[in-house]
Order: sequence, then C-alpha cells, then structure tokens
Amino acid sequence: MFSFTGIKDYHNALLNGQTTCVEAVHYYLNGIAAQQHLNAFIEVYKEEALQRAAMLDAALPGQQSLQPLYGVVIGIKDVISYQDHGLTAASGILRNFVSLYNATAVQRLLDAGAIIIGRQNCDEFAMGSANENSAYGIVRNAADPERVPGGSSGGSAVAVQGNMCMLSLGSDTGGSVRQPADFCGIIGLKPSYGRVSRYGLIAYASSFDQIGIFGLHLNDVALALEVIAGEDAFDSTVSTAPVPAYSEQLQTQPEKPYRIAYFKQALEHPGLDPAIKEQTEAFIETLTAAGHLVQAVDFDLLDYVVPAYYVLTTAEASSNLSRYDGVKYGYRSPVATDDLTDFYKQNRSEGFGAEVKRRIMLGTFVLSSGYYDAYFTKAQQVRRLLTQKTTAIFGEFDAIISPTVPAPAFKIGEKSDPIEIFLADIYTVFANLTGIPGISLPLFTHPSGMPFGIQVMTSQMNEVTLLSLSKTFMQIAAKD
Amino acid sequence: MNVSVIFVSMEINDGVFNQLAHLARLRFSEAEKASIQHDLQRMVAFVEKLNELDTTGVDPILHMSNSVNVWREDVVEGSVSREAALANAPVQDEAFFKVPKVIKK
Repeated sequence: MFSFTGIKDYHNALLNGQTTCVEAVHYYLNGIAAQQHLNAFIEVYKEEALQRAAMLDAALPGQQSLQPLYGVVIGIKDVISYQDHGLTAASGILRNFVSLYNATAVQRLLDAGAIIIGRQNCDEFAMGSANENSAYGIVRNAADPERVPGGSSGGSAVAVQGNMCMLSLGSDTGGSVRQPADFCGIIGLKPSYGRVSRYGLIAYASSFDQIGIFGLHLNDVALALEVIAGEDAFDSTVSTAPVPAYSEQLQTQPEKPYRIAYFKQALEHPGLDPAIKEQTEAFIETLTAAGHLVQAVDFDLLDYVVPAYYVLTTAEASSNLSRYDGVKYGYRSPVATDDLTDFYKQNRSEGFGAEVKRRIMLGTFVLSSGYYDAYFTKAQQVRRLLTQKTTAIFGEFDAIISPTVPAPAFKIGEKSDPIEIFLADIYTVFANLTGIPGISLPLFTHPSGMPFGIQVMTSQMNEVTLLSLSKTFMQIAAKD
Repeated sequence: MNVSVIFVSMEINDGVFNQLAHLARLRFSEAEKASIQHDLQRMVAFVEKLNELDTTGVDPILHMSNSVNVWREDVVEGSVSREAALANAPVQDEAFFKVPKVIKK
C-alpha cells in the first residue's frame, strides 16, 4: 500500500525498489476517483500520467540519485499553461482553449521529472475566495464537504488535502494560495513578486500575480520552489537574483532567536474570529517562551489594504481581460451581428461569469477619465505608503505573523455579499500589495472542527528566512 | 490643524453604469444590471475609504519590480506555426481568422 510522507522518503523507496512511479500514480488516481464529489479537478490526465510514470520506472534501474522531482505527482491550477492540454481559467470564455506552450513553471517541473496528473478547478480567472465562481461548478472542502475550500485555488488545495496529488501549483493575487491552504489545513506558499516567472500564467492583475505551491510537507514545498524559481527570458519582471538551495538551507537552522512582529490592529480587528484570536495569541506566547522576540507593532494602515487592493487589481483585470474578444480564440456568440462593438459585447457578455464582470466594471470605473486620479493614482500612492512601512518593519524584524484568514471555512452558499467577501482578504492582500513572500502553515484546529493556519511573511526575496522560520514554527507546534 | 474632509460618494447612476458597460464592452440584462449596479455602488463607496489618508506628495508606485531595463540578446527563433496559431480560433479557414463582415457600404 502506497503512502506519501515526503519526496525524500518517496525517492528512497523508489531507489530501494519498495515502490514505483506507476504505483504512486495509481494511488492518486484512486484518490481522485473516490472523491469526485469534491470537484477538485477539471480534467485528469490518467493515461498520460500512467505512461510517463511507466517511462520513469523503466529509466530507474542503475540511477544513484534522482532528478529533484522525479516521479513527483503534481496537479496544476487551470490558469497555468501546459502544452497541448486544455486551459480555461474555469471560464466559459475559454471553454475549448488548448495551450500552445508550457508555462515556464510547468516546463521546469517536467524537466525535473514531475508527472502532471491533471488541471484543477478554481474561481473564474482566479477571482474569488470560495471557489464558488467556477464555470465547472463549486469545489468542496475534503474536511467537510458542506464547506468551501477557499479560493481562488480551491481545487489545487483540496487535491493536496485529499491525497489526489503530492503537490499543486496555484496562483496567488491576493491570497488565492494562502487562504485555501488555511481552509484546507495544508501548506500554501506565495513567493515574492518576481521570484517565479509568470510566463504561461493567465493574467489577472499582473503587478500582483504570483505562482504558488501547495504541499503537505515543508521540505517538498521548498524543493518545488527551488525548481520553478528564477530568471526567465520570457518574463522581464522575474528577478535575476540567484535561486538559493531552499531545501538544503532548510536543514540548517540559525542559532539566534527570531525577531517577529505582529500587527496590533490585526489581532484586535473586530472581524477576527475569537477562537482564531485566542489560539494565535497562545502561539505567540509559545514562541516567546521558546526564546523568540515577538512584538506588537502599530499598523494603522490595516483598514486601507483591502480597498487599495480592489482598486488596483480590478483596474489591472479590466485591462488584462480586454483581450477576450472572441476573434482569435475563446468563446464566440452564435448571435449574428454586423456591428463590431456589438460583436465584442455579445461574446464577452455571454462568455464571462458574474464576478468577473463585476470586477471588470469596477476596474473600468477606477481607470475612466475623470476618476483615474481620485481612485487609481490614489491607490498607487497608498501602495507606496504600504511598501515604505513594510521596509521600516523589516529593518527591525525578521518576519511578520498574523492569522491567514479572519474566520475558518464557511458553509457553501453562506456568503454572497461582495464587500463581506472582500474583507476576508484583510490579512493576505498585504503581501501582494508589497511584493513580499507569505506562507500559510496548518497549525491549528477551530472549535468548528475545521483547520486553520498562521501566516508568516518576510522581506522581499527572503524565502530562505520564510522557510526556515516556517520549519521552526512547525516544530514548535509539533507538526513536522 | 485638523481638517475634516467630507467626501460624498460617487453615484453610479444609470448614465455612469451604461457608459462603463460600453467601455468594458459588456452588456447586461435588466436583472443583471440591477444587481451589478447595486454592487458597484457599494464597491465604489467601499474603496473611497482611501480618501481618509493624506497622500499629498506621495509618489505613486507604477512598477513592482526593482529592475530597470532588463535586456537580453535578440536571438532569431521560430514562432508558432500558422496551424497552431489558428487552432484555437472560433472560426477560421486554415489560412485566416474569420470574423463577421462589419464594414458597411
């Protein structure tokens, strides 16, 4: 019977002949088949995954060491291009679209020996926090199928949570990896802006978007980051900074205690669930008892992060999504028209879902003549204030911690008010506004029985500290 | 000196809504319009919270990357074939993308 306790163990088992890649793929295919009601996958590449696994098994004899992701079974959010495979952003407007090329991240996974098992359900164009906005239906939380998995990378989180793959790639524009990781009780990493190439990632808000990683084991997440990060000729915004050997650096822990900040306003926020507050505060005490310096810092900008985020991301979305016109690809309405503007309107109105239209409308508003400075420029200025404040904090501290989400996973259909849904992003959008890396670690259980996490953030491009600190946290909470 | 600013929320009336929908190349049924117009009004009022902050003299952030002028050698490489480029087209004739005739006499 196959069981997965991390890539290192899996590789040892492969080298010792205790398991095979085919056995691993069968294990995950069975997991997918048994949990179809969760709707985590839009498409499963069954035959292909088995073929690749058989090929990898055949190449195994005589190998002393394996490629970093040899035989590692990975699912990808349906916003990341995989050549000759469907790609829809869970939208009706891309229903029959097939990728012409591989995203850089996918190419690097394949080059490192990974097996792609399928593409995963998500909110349409990655817009949403509950995976209730997909043209392919809602995704259910494996811990309680009556509850949402979070979003927008809900399918990717549930696939890891429910043992349907070893790792998933998602995308995080305002928390879309960290928030579903929190709701599903797994690890979710959003790297720094520019750490991972966005080539082949369907754009939502280009100055916020980042490919992220879901996993059950921190070492695996670090290893996957090491594989996909770094310079890329196809993305001029990706950092040219060398990629550290994250997985190796994780093994050596620094001797000195960490200096950790938390925002006073975050833990005092009226929207914060009392049990989450209590357990987060208790964890802060545990950290202090373990010798780390944990201090409250004043962050009076907290209530402005969500408004700034929605102005900027909807503006970028309205611009990015203008490409969907039904001419060269995507949905075209069967309704006949001889007017070009009418033609575009028809295709777009029938192709996009309600949440996408809402955000395009808000983005069009904040960019329109007469309102541009009052809304868009204003939000860009607030983004500057936020980055200045962040730089100041990281001058004194190694990390900032907070709850990942103010409340645990809610019931399907329970929330429909857009403002209420936006406000639940209060702790996660900060990292995207400032470009810093963030991770959600599954440390806690809510009285409702649902898991929830803690979020750790470090300075820009400092994933080494982020991952080391995460390791320390997992050890302190006895989760590793 | 404390200056209190009274900011009157921008009204998303029918005229504004219809103009935005046109700019966004979207069309809404009456039922959709009522719901989205209402949500848009609330979202606009929500983001207007930013007006409480004094940002006089603050330089807006235009790019998230610290990199300036990222150059690379210009290398001649292949691109996608015509067949591949047309593969996702809703209507095509193996040589061209086809669209409805919109040029009127």
